[in-house]
Amino acid sequence: MLDTTALESFPSLISHGINVAGEISAPPSFQLPNSNDFDGFVKETIQMVKPAKGTTTLAFIFKEGVMVAADSRASMGGYISSHSVKKIIEINPYMLGTMAGGAADCQFWHRNLGIKCRLHELANKRRISVTGASKLLANILYSYRGMGLSVGTMIAGWDETGPGLYYVDSEGGRLKGNRFSVGSGSPYAYGVLDSGYKYDMSVEEASELARRAIYHATFRDGASGGVASVYYVGPTGWKKLSGDDVGELHYHYNPVTPSTVEQEMVEAAGP
Amino acid sequence: MARYDRAITVFSPDGHLFQVEYALEAVRKGNAAVGVRGIDNVVLGVEKKSTAKLQDSRSVRKIVNLDDHIALACAGLKADARVLINRARVECQSHRLTVEDPCTVEYITRHIAGLQQKYTQSGGVRPFGLSTLIVGFDPYTGSPSLYQTDPSGTFSAWKANATGRNSNSIREFLEKNFKETSGQETVKLAIRALLEVVESGGKNIEVAVMTKEHGLRQLEEAEIDAIVAEIEAEKAAAEAAKKAPLKDT
Repeated sequence: MLDTTALESFPSLISHGINVAGEISAPPSFQLPNSNDFDGFVKETIQMVKPAKGTTTLAFIFKEGVMVAADSRASMGGYISSHSVKKIIEINPYMLGTMAGGAADCQFWHRNLGIKCRLHELANKRRISVTGASKLLANILYSYRGMGLSVGTMIAGWDETGPGLYYVDSEGGRLKGNRFSVGSGSPYAYGVLDSGYKYDMSVEEASELARRAIYHATFRDGASGGVASVYYVGPTGWKKLSGDDVGELHYHYNPVTPSTVEQEMVEAAGP
Repeated sequence: MARYDRAITVFSPDGHLFQVEYALEAVRKGNAAVGVRGIDNVVLGVEKKSTAKLQDSRSVRKIVNLDDHIALACAGLKADARVLINRARVECQSHRLTVEDPCTVEYITRHIAGLQQKYTQSGGVRPFGLSTLIVGFDPYTGSPSLYQTDPSGTFSAWKANATGRNSNSIREFLEKNFKETSGQETVKLAIRALLEVVESGGKNIEVAVMTKEHGLRQLEEAEIDAIVAEIEAEKAAAEAAKKAPLKDT
């Protein structure tokens, strides 16, 4: 049975704030834990979750659509707990979300967003726009503000108005933009992405740029690694283009050529 | 029968919800309202009972805006209308806030009908005593629409419809005379329909036209008088034309 408790409680503050008699009622809330220092407790919770934004995700809009890429490493402090985390979440056939922050939070709320998008389609006989979908998610995250959710996500999709890209986070922020990178490896990814970006790229050029940006971030950032996945969102929906191990990518970008001295030594050593 | 009209949550043995039917009676006693959908516009017309001399007629607007691109006229209890209109206006803005887009006419009609239905299935409340005619333009396709809701909470789309007093006669007239029209022709058709049951004159009718470019525009009394005069002239000419051939034979 589908657990609907999380679905019903925080749809949007305004419509739920008005009851049958037309008055504004108190905002929804749940029981708080008993503790002497609640603020300290909340701060501790947030600190516990913070290291989990060890990741590199990026997305950008270009002439042909939206390119979305991410690494696949999960780390717990210094321990690499997994190299095969799916950080690009398929909300529906024409919308993708990226994961940075708490894995459970991102996965659950993206799934929930997928449900809401489908319900919108059924009720209104038309697909929801990327603007609308990102707004729904941002409103939900805003209503949980301060309660310890950790979500730094990008919603990328293609709707009637063309390609759309929004950054949404658990502080309740929502930004529309053409280029975003989220996670501990984002500064490195931005360096490569910003210097190589051109609006008029082809799909191949854009996917190569995305892959290279993730590779460079995994090279320098200890909390990013594993597999660099690249997805493309076009007018007919999303498609996964590549998933390359960054270790192998390293030698692809930096091929080993033996130097002349070494080569002579090898020959001199003989069979 | 008398036992089943107090608590509305109770069905009668033969499947009636009496409170809902009584609400429909209240609608039937309200002012006539007519809506006609054209190719590029939608027209709403409402019967205006003669205002008292000291009353400021501008405060008694019967055709109201729900949003820039949606308007509503109703027949029935005006106080209930005020409450329902306020809730609908809030919902239009709430929709703009949550999905950053204006709502479609169908969406807000569904919301209003849903509200009306909720009050037929709750304890301690009575249904809203009004039927509404909702008109507007779809923000995505740009096509005009006309919807009607009633106290039971049902709604449907119409090419032309009437509600309130004598709505059956108006609907009959519309069924006989409806054709796809645009611009001024649609306005004339709506006024002709309303004149079937209302004494002619600009001061007994309130008319508003909604277009995609200009939104809702209330017609001035003088404008309405001019159109009414045109209609009367056309009627007279038609009468004369009918009589003339008879004379020859």
